[in-house]
Amino acid sequence: MSDIKKIKDDYIDKLNTENNIEKVNNIKSELFGKNGIVSNEFKKLGLISVEERKKLASDLNNIKDELQNKISIKIQEIETKEINLKLEKEKIDVTLPERNIEIGKIHPVSQVIDEISSIFSEIGFSVEEGPDVENEYNNFTALNTPDNHPARDMHDTFYLDNNKELLLRTHTSPVQVRTMLKGKPPFKIIAPGRTYRSDSDQTHAPMFHQVEGLHIDKNINMGHLKGCLNYFIKEFFEVDKIKMRFRPSHFPFTEPSAEVDIGYEIKNGKIVIGEGNKWLEILGCGMVHPNVLKNVNVNPSKYQGYAFGIGIDRLGMLKYGINDLRAFFETDYRWLSHFGFDPLDVPSNYRGLSR
Amino acid sequence: MKFTVDWLKNHLDTKFNNNQIIDKLTNIGLEVESFESSTSELDTFIVAKIINAKTHPNADRLKLCDVDIGSDKTIEVVCGAPNAKNGLLTVYAPPGSIIPKNQMKLSVSKIRGVTSYGMLCSESELLLSNESDGIIELKNNKYASKIGEKYFKNTSEKVIDLSITPNRPDCLGVRGIARDLSAAGAGKLKINKKSNLKYRGNQNINVTIKKEKAQGCTIFGSCLIKGVTNKESPKWLKDKIRSLGQKPISAIVDITNYVMFDLNRPLHAYDADKIDNEIIVRSSSKGESFEALDNKKYILENDMCVISDRSGVLGLGGIIGGTRSGTKYSTKNILLESAYFLPRSIRKTSKHLNIDTDAKFRFERGIDPLSIEEGLIKASELIKQICGGEISNLDVKKIENYKKTIINFDPFLFEKTTGFNVENKELIKILEKLGFNVSKNKKILKLAVPSWRPDITQPIDIVEEIVRIKGYEHINISEPIKTRLKPTLNYYQKLFHFLQRSVASKGYLETVTWSFTDSKINQLFKENDQEIPIVNPISSDLNVLRNSIFPNLIFYLKKNLDRGFKDISLFEIGPSFKGKNPGDQLTVIGAVRAGMVSRLSWNEKERIVDTFDVKKDVIQSLYEAGINKDDIIIDDRTPSYYHPGKSGGVYLNKNEKNALAYFGEIHPNIIKKLDIKTEGLVIFEICLDYIKESKQKIKDLKSEYKFSDFQKSERDFAFIINKNFKSQELVNIIKSVDSKLIKSVRVFDVFEGENIPDGKKSIAVNVTIQSEEKTLNENDLDNINKLIISSVESKSGAKIRS
Repeated sequence: MSDIKKIKDDYIDKLNTENNIEKVNNIKSELFGKNGIVSNEFKKLGLISVEERKKLASDLNNIKDELQNKISIKIQEIETKEINLKLEKEKIDVTLPERNIEIGKIHPVSQVIDEISSIFSEIGFSVEEGPDVENEYNNFTALNTPDNHPARDMHDTFYLDNNKELLLRTHTSPVQVRTMLKGKPPFKIIAPGRTYRSDSDQTHAPMFHQVEGLHIDKNINMGHLKGCLNYFIKEFFEVDKIKMRFRPSHFPFTEPSAEVDIGYEIKNGKIVIGEGNKWLEILGCGMVHPNVLKNVNVNPSKYQGYAFGIGIDRLGMLKYGINDLRAFFETDYRWLSHFGFDPLDVPSNYRGLSR
Repeated sequence: MKFTVDWLKNHLDTKFNNNQIIDKLTNIGLEVESFESSTSELDTFIVAKIINAKTHPNADRLKLCDVDIGSDKTIEVVCGAPNAKNGLLTVYAPPGSIIPKNQMKLSVSKIRGVTSYGMLCSESELLLSNESDGIIELKNNKYASKIGEKYFKNTSEKVIDLSITPNRPDCLGVRGIARDLSAAGAGKLKINKKSNLKYRGNQNINVTIKKEKAQGCTIFGSCLIKGVTNKESPKWLKDKIRSLGQKPISAIVDITNYVMFDLNRPLHAYDADKIDNEIIVRSSSKGESFEALDNKKYILENDMCVISDRSGVLGLGGIIGGTRSGTKYSTKNILLESAYFLPRSIRKTSKHLNIDTDAKFRFERGIDPLSIEEGLIKASELIKQICGGEISNLDVKKIENYKKTIINFDPFLFEKTTGFNVENKELIKILEKLGFNVSKNKKILKLAVPSWRPDITQPIDIVEEIVRIKGYEHINISEPIKTRLKPTLNYYQKLFHFLQRSVASKGYLETVTWSFTDSKINQLFKENDQEIPIVNPISSDLNVLRNSIFPNLIFYLKKNLDRGFKDISLFEIGPSFKGKNPGDQLTVIGAVRAGMVSRLSWNEKERIVDTFDVKKDVIQSLYEAGINKDDIIIDDRTPSYYHPGKSGGVYLNKNEKNALAYFGEIHPNIIKKLDIKTEGLVIFEICLDYIKESKQKIKDLKSEYKFSDFQKSERDFAFIINKNFKSQELVNIIKSVDSKLIKSVRVFDVFEGENIPDGKKSIAVNVTIQSEEKTLNENDLDNINKLIISSVESKSGAKIRS
């Protein structure tokens, strides 16, 4: 018995200093293998008396537990050390660049159209569209702008034929005409899209974007028009209060007509909407002219309502601090990256109009 | 429309100050564009100080002066004045100034080899005195603090500039503006003084308005003024004319202009001695011509309204007079015309001849037909006052009588339209001040519309008049009604938004380009479409509607390459035009990729973008948009602007005419023609109109969830097959062997060359086999394998590689 205790102590000492996993495994089989020292001791138990056996067995079991325990601790210790050593060697420079990220962007005009659609969707408008090429009737005549009307001079029109019968729409208002001709009142639509006028300078582009609004029902009056635009402007510019001014104006297709100004000021070279004493014209609107309603087979003594037209590009310029309208359409990679929006940034009511 | 506050006060008694007037004008719909002093040629002359005067290197008698003009930097001016010295305060004229003495315009010039920016002025050059020996010496105590300020004070009155909407011809005269202001409570409209003009004799030049179908004139009023002395206008009149931004010409011309702007009553003065016997107002015949006061010769068409005499055309009625009968300083006898021309006729003629004059602008909007005599009287009085002479009786010829417009107005329409109420009493007061004649018939107001308001024809116009004068601020805000009549977006609008963001999320920058393009580039992409020219393009390189989305995209791609960008991904979603009628357009996504993938990457091998990059983008976008993988096939039918061998189309059916999408390399000829310098250029396009709307919502489309837990096996096969045999067909053959058991077929290797016979290629595929009923044993699998091999060999002529 004292032998085996001594052996145990020797092995414990050995294990304490051993750092090689293979050697520890060797020790394990030396002790517990088929002919291992400890295994053999257990075999001897059968040869001795019952009393001795009981005591010896208990001692042996203790020795066995102690050694096995020591071995497994040792193995874990060595393995941990080895893994740590390995990890140390495997360290990479994580500040090296990631694989190329390709970032796409949504054009500000598209983003603003989505913002506008989202806002009007909240108050029950649906989106209508019309073709870019229009006939003279839908673009002018049906909108109470007959050929000899001087208001036509305000629209420098691109024509596609010499009879001036086909043209590029000068505003989105013909969508009103198309919508009402193909349906029955009530109507509650917005119509964003491309529009064209043949002038071009710093503040005018031959192509730009407008959104038309139309709400026709039995009792829609100018108060509703004011309410709708007040709501829209506040939501769009994401401000709590807005200074808005309705000013009489003239459009052949609305009567009474108004232009809408919003208050602003310049703070640190940036435009701040909703404060200040300066006025900025942002849209035209009015009550749809009875002549227009008659032209689209809507009875003006039963139905009435409002229409408005807003310059989309200009709204975007104001909201996002873009100075040059022409840059919208010049496809400069730098400009598109700078002013573009992340494609996942979809304007919506529940997650907010913009980030 | 320009006028001064003083002029306005000739017609309006008001206690309003200037700012109140300005605000009121804007609030009643007469938008104020500006309110400032008219600019003067003398504005540019400023007080300056010579900091340092040294001798000119190439000329002893000239000096080189550093001049402080109140800005950050001093200016270098060459000066010949003996008195130019350090510290002298004087007057500086920058380049662009006009020197009063000789009316010369200064420019930046080199004087004996040194550049001089402007000049220092003498008193004589500024017409202040005859002193020309040296430059002005300004007193230190008065001017030392004024360096950089204008030397001449602008004494001219501030001018209000209104933008008058086309429906308001009455406000193209100061009196009309005063009337509107008075209705809005800004003062009282002055009553016109009764004229005590004495007439002598008859207007003895016979006037005839011919009764013709196209006659553009309905009233022609005139009088003769004999024995005038035409001259320069007096200062008050010159000032008025200048405040309009116009140049005074002579008293007679200035007076007719003055009356036009004062009363909105255009007039024309003829030299009566140049008129051949009589005045005939008639329609022109094609080919007639005359020389107009703008010194241009106009050749007329049929049916233009002309004022003529026996010798021919004198002028275009209501548009422009002719030189033959124009007044000069020497003119002794005048025929003064005050007429009514029909807007439609004026507009047609002036558009055709491209003439724009103040008179034309007014007549085409509608002049008060009852102002004929008022205009003649006012102008005659002034002419007599300034130029002397005797005035004949007025002669008014007309072929049509003016009919007053009567509107029956129910005041309830006002509240119904505006949402607020105005008492009848106030409403009537507003209308009366605007010139309406109001009588009541129970609840209905019978309104006689003033003759100067041709724009008012129906009750809604009356609503506008009242709400405009009352003020739009009285309209109450009603909260938006949120009721929805139908879904915000339809299927194609949703698809538009979805694909737009889907493509952008793959690294493409969205752009928006013109709907028109250069026909030369368009031609390369238009296929069999008909070209759609714009009759009046903005420029010759934007002269057709784009038949394809690519001409502009490629054009701007090149611009960005030229800017030095190498790897570019751009796309646009928008119209491409197939014909020139409304609706002949498709909504298309076009995308371009140029350059390399993984350029300058430390851990990825860089390579040129290729067809399979854009194929991935386009197919993935279609999948994301809900197109079913099994519903599409790839074919190599593509438009001619694609590389014929390296492009494909995504079709719903083998024989479908139009593809949903195309992808591939652009044709090398196009790259060459447009001189595009890039390593690689691939494009794709998706036509939204060809994507079919699913009849089922996604909630109905989701099929029952089924999966198999039985063991699956993978087998690899390699076939030697004809080079032109399409992998898609090979995959389909394998799938069709047992569509239940074969879960997927993936091509994982394709090669030609070594060990492969000419005209052949090797394709290796990995096939996943799994049953939904049991675990397949070796025998089952062997059977499938054999079937796959035999099917492929028999259907494609391929041979299995051993």
